[in-house]
Amino acid sequence: MKKIYYVIGGLLGATLLYMGCNQAAGPNTSGALASSAAEKVYVAPGEQDEFYAFLSGGYSGNLTVYGLPSGRMFKEIPVFSQFPTSGYGYSEETKPMLNTSFGFVPWDDLHHPDISQTNGELDGRWVFVNGNNTPRIARISLETFETEEIIEIPNSGGNHSSAFITENTEYVIAGTRFAVPVPQRDMPINEYKGNFKGALSFISVDPETGRLDLKFQVLMPGFNYDLSHPGRGKSHGWHFFSTYNTEEANTLMEVNSSQNDKDFIAAINWKKIEEYVNNGGGEKMATNYAHNIYSHETHTGTSTMKKEVVTVDPTKVPDAVFFLPTPKSPHGCDVDPSGEYIIGSGKLSADLTVHSFTKMLAAIEGKKFDGEAYGIPILSFDDVMAGIVKSGGLGPLHTEFDARGNAYTTFFISSEVVKWRLETWDVVDRKPTFYSVGHLMIPGGNSRKPFGKYVVAMNKITKDRYLPTGPEMEHSAQIYDISGEKMELIYDFPTHGEPHYAAGCPAELLASKSKKIYRLDENKHPYAVTNPSEARVERNGNEVHVYMSTIRSHFTPDNIEGIKVGDKVYFHITNHEQDFDVPHGFSIIGQNTSELLIMPGQTKTSVWEPKQVGVWPFYCTDFCSALHQEMQGYVRVSPANSNIDLSWSLGGE
Amino acid sequence: MKKASVLMMIGSALLLGLFVFPLWNIELGAPQYPEPLGLNIHIDGLQGQSEFDIQNIDGLNHYIGMKTLPKPEDMWEFTVFPIVIGGMAAIGILIGLLGFVDKLGPSWFFGWFVVMTILGILGMYDFNAWMVDYGTNLDPNAIMKLQNPDGTPMSYKPPLLGHKKMLNFDAYSYPRLGAYLMFIGMCLTLFAGYIGGKTSTKTTKSLTKKMATT
Repeated sequence: MKKIYYVIGGLLGATLLYMGCNQAAGPNTSGALASSAAEKVYVAPGEQDEFYAFLSGGYSGNLTVYGLPSGRMFKEIPVFSQFPTSGYGYSEETKPMLNTSFGFVPWDDLHHPDISQTNGELDGRWVFVNGNNTPRIARISLETFETEEIIEIPNSGGNHSSAFITENTEYVIAGTRFAVPVPQRDMPINEYKGNFKGALSFISVDPETGRLDLKFQVLMPGFNYDLSHPGRGKSHGWHFFSTYNTEEANTLMEVNSSQNDKDFIAAINWKKIEEYVNNGGGEKMATNYAHNIYSHETHTGTSTMKKEVVTVDPTKVPDAVFFLPTPKSPHGCDVDPSGEYIIGSGKLSADLTVHSFTKMLAAIEGKKFDGEAYGIPILSFDDVMAGIVKSGGLGPLHTEFDARGNAYTTFFISSEVVKWRLETWDVVDRKPTFYSVGHLMIPGGNSRKPFGKYVVAMNKITKDRYLPTGPEMEHSAQIYDISGEKMELIYDFPTHGEPHYAAGCPAELLASKSKKIYRLDENKHPYAVTNPSEARVERNGNEVHVYMSTIRSHFTPDNIEGIKVGDKVYFHITNHEQDFDVPHGFSIIGQNTSELLIMPGQTKTSVWEPKQVGVWPFYCTDFCSALHQEMQGYVRVSPANSNIDLSWSLGGE
Repeated sequence: MKKASVLMMIGSALLLGLFVFPLWNIELGAPQYPEPLGLNIHIDGLQGQSEFDIQNIDGLNHYIGMKTLPKPEDMWEFTVFPIVIGGMAAIGILIGLLGFVDKLGPSWFFGWFVVMTILGILGMYDFNAWMVDYGTNLDPNAIMKLQNPDGTPMSYKPPLLGHKKMLNFDAYSYPRLGAYLMFIGMCLTLFAGYIGGKTSTKTTKSLTKKMATT
């Protein structure tokens, strides 16, 4: 996607330079202002931030947790990628989380986080994220800050218009960016037009457990479904998807899919389709996708393959799906807190197109159609359009809102954030970003109740902002104070991977609910030892299971003999600490996985296949106490044909 | 005298609060324990201030060679103290009752108070002796062996009352609700003895007179 911007950026270089000069006259050079900006982001040692921000890690496959306004990174949560820091995706318990119909896929491209809501307001229970490349949706617990569930999306390619949730967390929506043959088959690529489909998936969320279930897929025409947003308030029950490539081109897309002056925002009445499905509508299609669930009692993930999905032909559900013409390959598709306005950002445009939900309903009522596409009515542009924001910027991408009737839109090509008024469509303020801003985020900006104090802009290009670190710089995020009439850039900080989008919420919503330990007496891991006296080693053929416990500052047992070359040794390690923030690590020489980081009360398993005879050390990798260095042990490995008995001990006993 | 007897009964009944509320609390705070570890001392055993505090205190104490914190069955005190407190409360209530029906005089109230005070002092002495043993009788194989500037082994005895700095820990030792109830109760019995004595002086005098004349 970046390439197209670069080309256009080059073409419009002169304009950019001109605009850059204009912006340089901004107020950021004032020394007095600079010091007041420092005060605004300064969180003194021992004090805590006002907001949590969850930034997607893009191609890192992970989610990072930052504090606002300090910009301090608190944690990286592994989601779709193996993470040696904690052993996620390496330990036996977490490997199933990365299972897919393509087998073990230890990476993905994580784009859009969204926090669970009740009545359109953030409830801080879970954050949902999408894996773009091998289509997946993950649910992360905001009690443990760990990935609890991953569901694969069949019939999809490039799970991009995702993961957005409806206002009572009824559904997580996952739309395909790439149209693909449904079901997949061997066919000529140039027969794309009319044959490929765009699957929009509706994944229901259990209100109690958060458990995901792929309820139905709407099989739309083969356009690219780029971004999406749930309706809220009056438009609750609808979901809006921006599209590009309504040309249905299949090669040299940067030219061929940018021919139409207008693409569409697809408006889907999911309540109608849900009703249709609940009444037995839709077709069951054979498919194959993975559903992975992690239990915090057994500390283990399980992967189940699902074989069936309900698909819906949108033309069979009357009055459920419509197209709203929107100029110039709309990327962003955002809905204001009231649910009335649907903002389409034509990424090849200078203007924003705002549709009115009320006018849309009236146009549907009056059957004011301007033709159809594959049987889906196209509404007339003039009948649904509420207004146009004449911004004079270039390449509008994404819009978020404060609670005072203002909207904030990022402009990728002209690298700026533009503040404008809903309903008057007047531009109020604009501030440069450094550089090439993608999404922006206001805590709660994706809900009915935004906390409009800060906006975080997530930039793609960082050059010259920080000390150079070779050909690649980490991306950057910038914080603007938006409490006044004019925006003020108050801080910027590097982010890891690609900070594609973010979700934020007040710290008080989560901090007090955050889990501090796992209770050892609730540990139901089949290989857990809840008392050091149960520690033991068992052989089953060439499989050896070590039931090991840890506490500051020793392993039980710490001497093991009778292991042979060719054995497959499973170290099942239970951390017996019941104290906040006291994990222990485990690693052994020559292991082909990673170390483990085991939280208090948790059990994790690492596999080690000793290949060389000798006496091999293992140790704790997380500095745990004054005697952390002494937290170590030895495994004696004998030749494959030796007859040394299995034995183990601690303190020579 | 009726009023005094009621006070005597209430006062000694307040001792029963010790069966519900802790007598004493020792709290250990350190930079790495922003939420201090705490130990509530009940008359029948020890309880962590938070659920896992005892386990965590034991975990820390093993570095300096302290014994693990006693379970109720490890110390005779946890069996005897409830009997003593329950017994003294029962006797106090009985004395108050007998005072109410004029079978006993206020000197009994004072007597109860004196006995209870002596028992209390003995209890404190015993508690302190236990803490001395716990804080100084250390495992010779302890991981850390620290000495005072004069070369004597360092003691980890928590203070009987108040604050003491022990290595990186700040130890605070203070009475808790059970002890306060006992203290108020004992004050009430003392007060009962005092007002009982005042109101009964007249009756006692007339009684003596009567007895003398017969």
